[in-house]
Amino acid sequence: MEENNNSTQWDLWEVFTQKRTGAPHEHAGSVHAPDKEMALQNARDVYSRRGEAINLWVVPSEAIVANQPEDVGNFFEPSNDKIYRHPQFYKLPKGVELE
Amino acid sequence: MDGINKVLFEYCLRLGDSSLIAGQRLAEWCGHGPILEEDIAMTNMSLDLIGQARTFLTYAGEIEGKERTEDDLAYLRDTMEFRNVLLVEQPNGDFAVTMMKQFFFSAYLFLLYKELSNSKDATIAAVAAKSLKEVTYHLRHTSQWILRLGDGTDESNKRTQDALNDLWMYTGDLFDMDTVDAELIKAGIACDLNKIKQEWQAMITEILTKAKLNIPSPDTWMMKGSRTGKHTEYLGYILAEMQTLQREYPGAKW
Repeated sequence: MEENNNSTQWDLWEVFTQKRTGAPHEHAGSVHAPDKEMALQNARDVYSRRGEAINLWVVPSEAIVANQPEDVGNFFEPSNDKIYRHPQFYKLPKGVELE
Repeated sequence: MDGINKVLFEYCLRLGDSSLIAGQRLAEWCGHGPILEEDIAMTNMSLDLIGQARTFLTYAGEIEGKERTEDDLAYLRDTMEFRNVLLVEQPNGDFAVTMMKQFFFSAYLFLLYKELSNSKDATIAAVAAKSLKEVTYHLRHTSQWILRLGDGTDESNKRTQDALNDLWMYTGDLFDMDTVDAELIKAGIACDLNKIKQEWQAMITEILTKAKLNIPSPDTWMMKGSRTGKHTEYLGYILAEMQTLQREYPGAKW
């Protein structure tokens, strides 16, 4: 992440919300906050003000590692050109019904 | 209104008006918050408080039995008829003043609603129990800010200490009691404010000390008067803004 010492903005935090027990935490967006407790409170106010979540995670944005756009080729394409990797490649035996 | 209804009406106005004016003051920050997240936090708190006010004022109207609605009570009464505590009508000032005001008030409501959730009046008990969850969050949010502002930079500490010094004289009014309280405490409806006063002091002392702020002397002169409708000059301006639409276009609806 690029350092910007002139910035008056607080650190950025990514917010993940869980909608019900057992459901995965899903990325909801981001908030600015000076520390983790305020990040949690800001996340609550911005992303769960109408009861959208039962649990929240906040993660410093800089802790997230993402692949570079130029990685698209070597990261993802190999799995697309082998059709037997996809379930559609296999024919269902007679008598088996899809839910 | 017979005896008990008369004091119960008065008591509901005190509860409703305090939340209403606190909510109106916080709403003044809408679009002016220091950052977007805090703007939303303050307006969330404002909406919680206005929600509480609506229920208490609706109930007050029912008790009075003159078919006055929550809107009639909020928009068509004058300064002297308002019963909100003096603290909440004080100007927002800078962010430190707003947070200090809200911190004092949230700690007060937290203790008050905790007591009132055991009230023998079923409506008051229900509203208090529901609102307790809201003010618990308000207290958490404002406490966190006081800690950060007090124990922050030299400037933030100075501004927060100034806010504390300026607002302190309005905190005595929060716990002022009269015959309305006495009668309703006897009936098991109201909260004995003397009881929660000690807890309130302990609660705020803990946070303020951690925040490296000096608590003013307990002998400070305290301004009182909200119980009888004697307000500071600021309430009139709040009402002028809040009531202007309903006064200019009587009966106007969304």
